Amino acid sequence: MKIYDGGKIFIGIIIFLSVATSPFLFNMGKATAKPDPKLDTPEIQKMKKKQCVEPKEFMRREHMKLLNEWRDSVVREGNMIYIGVGGEVYSMSLQSTCMKCHSNKKKFCDECHKYVAVKPYCWDCHIAPKEN
Amino acid sequence: MGALLSLSTALILVLIAFAGVKEANLHFLFGAIIPYIAIITFIIGVIYRILKWASSPVPFRIPTTCGQQKSLPWIKHSKIENPSGTLGVIVRMALEVLLFRSLFRNLKTELREGKVVYGSEKWLWLAGLAFHWSFLIILLRHFRLFVDPVPASLHLLESFDGFLQIGMPRLFITGIILLASVSYLLFRRFYIPQVRYISLANDYFPLFLILGIGITGVLMRYFIKVDVVNTKHLIMGIFTLKPEIPEGVGGIFYIHIFLVSVLFAYFPFSKLVHMAGVFMSPTRNLSNNSRMKRHINPWNYPVKAHTYEDYENEFREKMKKAGLPVEKE
Ligand code: HEC
Ligand code: HEC
Ligand code: HEC
Repeated sequence: MKIYDGGKIFIGIIIFLSVATSPFLFNMGKATAKPDPKLDTPEIQKMKKKQCVEPKEFMRREHMKLLNEWRDSVVREGNMIYIGVGGEVYSMSLQSTCMKCHSNKKKFCDECHKYVAVKPYCWDCHIAPKEN
Repeated sequence: MGALLSLSTALILVLIAFAGVKEANLHFLFGAIIPYIAIITFIIGVIYRILKWASSPVPFRIPTTCGQQKSLPWIKHSKIENPSGTLGVIVRMALEVLLFRSLFRNLKTELREGKVVYGSEKWLWLAGLAFHWSFLIILLRHFRLFVDPVPASLHLLESFDGFLQIGMPRLFITGIILLASVSYLLFRRFYIPQVRYISLANDYFPLFLILGIGITGVLMRYFIKVDVVNTKHLIMGIFTLKPEIPEGVGGIFYIHIFLVSVLFAYFPFSKLVHMAGVFMSPTRNLSNNSRMKRHINPWNYPVKAHTYEDYENEFREKMKKAGLPVEKE
């Protein structure tokens, strides 16, 4: 097989190869650690049965949708009461419910969010808990 | 016929992935082995196609152009449409790849009152451009799941794409544009009789496949949620060559990644390989310098010629005897 314009073809193939394998090249020699959201806040330590508003698996998958429902419910319908899995009553609030238990935003929310590169814009207005 | 065949193939692929994961528990097959096979097939297949194209000679310049070629100084030269050097070719190729310049000239032909009339037809160009650009942006956005740490430029891309701030997770505009434009490209094949007539199964299949990928992606992001952290862990396993299958990755993810694997494995053997082919189209990548440079056909072989001179040398005496005129005495 004779290749015409071999030089240009070679450059083209090198470019193609480096783009097509870029995810492998980026990760070469890097060990990735799975995020480990910490639950050791004073509020959670006080709890007898350590549980979230909904089951853990649900929270991991759908907490953003839940927050969206809470926001709409409070801001549009004026309803602030949320009944959790076990019949617990929560006040639907980002700052004074979620962040009361999860007061370690940097070690909890941000831990996951940094890994999957989401930057919730909530904190443009809502006040994040004070941490040092 | 072709459409039905393609649609049912795409649906069967969805079922295979669904059954394979839900019923047969073949998570490792669908989450690691098939993606690897697809990546290897894609890379080797595309290189094979490039080398195959590169082995056919292009002996002459093919100036299928839409502008005046470089000529006398007082005739205006159209530098991009009919380039005479490398720079012009690069600009023409960039415009072709980034903006689909030749598709922009698409015309429609109609019979009106017994006369053939031509009209401008930009919808194909618009939908094609919208489709390709949104596909590219979506692919780039996916790098947030492919690399760790994620570069800051990806955040910028996401904040543009999600700037409407509708719902949570934030609505990405490109997802909507992709689904809308692929639907249009499919609809057009059904709706325009001439286009339907020339459409084959291998025109429909990529559209159905991409539609399937788009729909599963949108479902996964907004409706049937998966655990994104664990999903990224699975994907990072593939790209760090340490595949593993974490808990809590939903079935819909396996359908999505299986359709993507099929797309990549199918890529080199289908019309989709125009991604590489566009750079090798002679009407786009050759400068029109036929008047400045001599191009010699590489398959020319020495022809055994017998010129009139030779003929006369051979038969001069006989010709003279017969009274025929000769050029040299
Ligand atoms: C009453 C205290 C409390 C409140 C209020 C609360 N959480 Fe939790 N959250 C917990 C506990 C305890 C866990 C660990 C549950 C477990 O391990 O089963 C948890 C787990 C989670 C997880 C999963 C973490 C992981 O490691 O996978 C997420 C995500 C989460 N919470 C988000 C939220 C959000 C968002 C809100 C507000 C809507 C919220 N939580 C409100 C106590 C709380
Ligand atoms: C433009 C500023 C702004 C942004 C950005 C914003 N919010 Fe809000 N949010 C508000 C205001 C104002 C209220 C109403 C507070 C009230 O009525 O007490 C509110 C109320 C809420 C409430 C119910 C009441 C409470 O105390 O929490 C929730 C839940 C909520 N927002 C969630 C979110 C989430 C999640 C995000 C990020 C995706 C977000 N918000 C982004 C301004 C904002
Ligand atoms: C187990 C890991 C994890 C934890 C812990 C977690 N998140 Fe998330 N969060 C995610 C993932 C993953 C996404 C992105 C989902 C997607 O892209 O579909 C997300 C998305 C969001 C979004 C939507 C962002 C957008 O712009 O689309 C909000 C808001 C949010 N999280 C709030 C919170 C808050 C508040 C906390 C802390 C109380 C928290 N999350 C803790 C994993 C986590």
